[in-house]
Amino acid sequence: MAIVKNDSVIEQEWITVEAEDDLPSSDENLIVPLARFKEQRDDLLGRNGGLGVLLNPGDAPEDLAGDLDRLSIITVNFPAYTDGRGYSYGRVLRERMGFKGELRAIGDVLRDQILLMHRCGFDSYDLKVDGETALTKVRAALKEMSVYYQPTGDGRATALSLRERRRAAMEQKAS
Amino acid sequence: MSLQVVTANRLDDGLVVFLTADGGWSENINDARTADGKEAANALLAEASAPELDVVIVGPYLIDVEQQDSGLVPTKYREVLRTKGPSVRADLGYQAV
Amino acid sequence: MYRYDDFDRQLVQERTEQFREQVKRRLSGDITEEQFRPLRLMNGVYLQLHAYMLRVAVPYGTLRCDQLRELGGIARKYDKGYGHFTTRQNIQYNWPKLDEIPDALLDLANVEMHAIQTSGNCIRNTTTDQYAGAAADEIEDPRPYCELIRQWSTFHPEFTYLPRKFKIAVTGSPNDRAAVKVHDIGLRMHYNDAGETGFEVIVGGGLGRTPFVGKTVRDFIGKNDLFSYLEAILRVYNRFGRRDNKYKARIKILVHELGVEEVQRLVEEEWAQIKDGSLKVGDAEIARYIEQFAPPAFEALSDDDADFERHKSESRAFSNWVRSNVIEHKQPGYAIANVSLKPIGGIPGDATDTQMELVADLSEKYSFGDVRVTHEQNLVLPHVKKADLFAVWTALEGAGLGTANLGYVTDIIACPGLDYCALATARSIPLSQRISERFGDLDRQHDIGELKIKISGCINACGHHHVGHIGILGLDKRGKEFYQITLGGDASQDASIGKIVGAGFSEAEVVDAIESLVTKYIDIRDGGERFIDTYRRVGMDPFKEVLYGDR
Repeated sequence: MAIVKNDSVIEQEWITVEAEDDLPSSDENLIVPLARFKEQRDDLLGRNGGLGVLLNPGDAPEDLAGDLDRLSIITVNFPAYTDGRGYSYGRVLRERMGFKGELRAIGDVLRDQILLMHRCGFDSYDLKVDGETALTKVRAALKEMSVYYQPTGDGRATALSLRERRRAAMEQKAS
Repeated sequence: MSLQVVTANRLDDGLVVFLTADGGWSENINDARTADGKEAANALLAEASAPELDVVIVGPYLIDVEQQDSGLVPTKYREVLRTKGPSVRADLGYQAV
Repeated sequence: MYRYDDFDRQLVQERTEQFREQVKRRLSGDITEEQFRPLRLMNGVYLQLHAYMLRVAVPYGTLRCDQLRELGGIARKYDKGYGHFTTRQNIQYNWPKLDEIPDALLDLANVEMHAIQTSGNCIRNTTTDQYAGAAADEIEDPRPYCELIRQWSTFHPEFTYLPRKFKIAVTGSPNDRAAVKVHDIGLRMHYNDAGETGFEVIVGGGLGRTPFVGKTVRDFIGKNDLFSYLEAILRVYNRFGRRDNKYKARIKILVHELGVEEVQRLVEEEWAQIKDGSLKVGDAEIARYIEQFAPPAFEALSDDDADFERHKSESRAFSNWVRSNVIEHKQPGYAIANVSLKPIGGIPGDATDTQMELVADLSEKYSFGDVRVTHEQNLVLPHVKKADLFAVWTALEGAGLGTANLGYVTDIIACPGLDYCALATARSIPLSQRISERFGDLDRQHDIGELKIKISGCINACGHHHVGHIGILGLDKRGKEFYQITLGGDASQDASIGKIVGAGFSEAEVVDAIESLVTKYIDIRDGGERFIDTYRRVGMDPFKEVLYGDR
């Protein structure tokens, strides 16, 4: 198990508790499932440690509206890599709701989906391999393609916009 | 009495193959190792499903066969087609050679 | 026709390299079959009954002559000398080797083609009217929008792992030849009150085990807003489409279960938030794509050609072919020539390497290098001078491609069926061959008129049997193939789903059953009624009676 973020392997600094688990001490950094966050929102926000929320497929990221700036991390679970709901959650959180914290893909996170996740706003990936392998995989995945057709919130220039830019440059040159 | 063999597709060229007596894979169903009865069949399938075979074949499964004069013949038409080739193109598949 | 620029070219080349790498990782054991499967599917590689199958995209059914020539070359180099044109306007090869597929994809990339997203739970190849840009009844050429949809949907990061596959079809003509009402999204171009062209958006049509005619979620979407609207629909589907049951995962089930009003509400709510975003495509951008599909340099010709008329009167065979296979063109003096891939007793949709090369040559010489693939598994030379039709027909005839049967009872759609397909429950091709032979006489076919027979070898309905005037579904009944007949299906603007007429028939009985239905129709038809018109007028009972008597 290794987490890759910003081109390096990072430590797991978060404890994820399930719906029924006891809460750890107030100083621990804690991630709770969305349902529990909704139930115990005020208690959770009153703790000392950092707070994050886990989204499972079927959850509505919109439920976090208003609380996003108090969350340091959101983990999105891909129980199977074929369940693509998390991609939409990523884009909604980043592009619509303006979430600025860490957006981590967890679960069945594989090399060949990482570029798609990155394009949908994810910036960290929890892979089920050792650190060095994980880093190699993420690096390889992120540089595999260099042309993108769709505008997303990832800041990559689309083919459409690059064509536009080139046309403008050529017109300027011509005039 | 139900006679079964294991079939799969070969990973690199995708062609139909059968698990043989020596644990290899043959394009000819008559080279296949037969299992008589459920227990033997399960053991055969377990052998074919070994993780290390994932780089040799794809999707092993058991099929029912009968011993006929001409050799082993699958009981299901779908599997007969796999041992021969498309019924509409006698020039293609194993039937062509 | 659209030409790749360096961005398109680079993307397809990178994809080819990516797949080469993935194949290498698969063969070395770095990834398992389970992990590899969706990756190969996303590149059109299936594992079928006998071998791998490679499905190559023909975006919106349009090919240049050099592309078709390359498809012929690939058939020879990597396959067994033939390919199969499908009901999705694509082509399939039945015998490629996995370790050679990356090379085949590279050859394709060199002629600006690919196999991207021809399978998998993603947005598939967008299909359209095979006569786009040529048809006399067209409002506007739909292909500029299809190309924009192709780009928008290619490697869409959010929509690559949808609940299920997703198919979009577009028609630019009121006479729908693209079956838009039986697609996940159908776009029908029309005018709004202000006289602008845009699209009616139809959602949730589809065939398969639960067929539905799609429902309208929006009467009119302007062209600039089309892509944000598509994104809104896809996001709603990706988030709320069912994933618990593969057979209930298509958007048609979401529309059915939530109701079209609720789906409409969700889509409109989503769209309201993204409509002014970066997916809005400006008029200038659209104009550039329209320019890419500008009409070829037609000559100003009289619509009548003396030689053409003379050849028709001299050759019965030629005039027969013109009667069935040649269609009116919007440009005077030109015609649309359909190339039937349904020779009597042949395999529907199959073409050999040399046939593909011949059609490529003919298109280069006589049709501005333009060829189309139809969802009814034929080819089209869209822009042929009437004066050249005889030469075209002569060449086609010499290669077994001159069958005069477009739209007739022998112009049968058939999926590959159990002869090739791992999912099939019965064979489709031999049945289509028997029916074709039974009705092979041309005068009889002409007398019967338009009659669409569509055959699927399993419930997944790749042969579109639900929308055949006569549909045939092959099933497995205790180890024996048997066939269920449906009547009254229609894929056109008057779309309807066929109804099962009664108990199924054995392989031996089914051809006789079809003949009985046709004979009944001939007996009771009124004037110029087509089979489907008669069926709609008289209903199921008379047909049921000829098949089952009092049973």
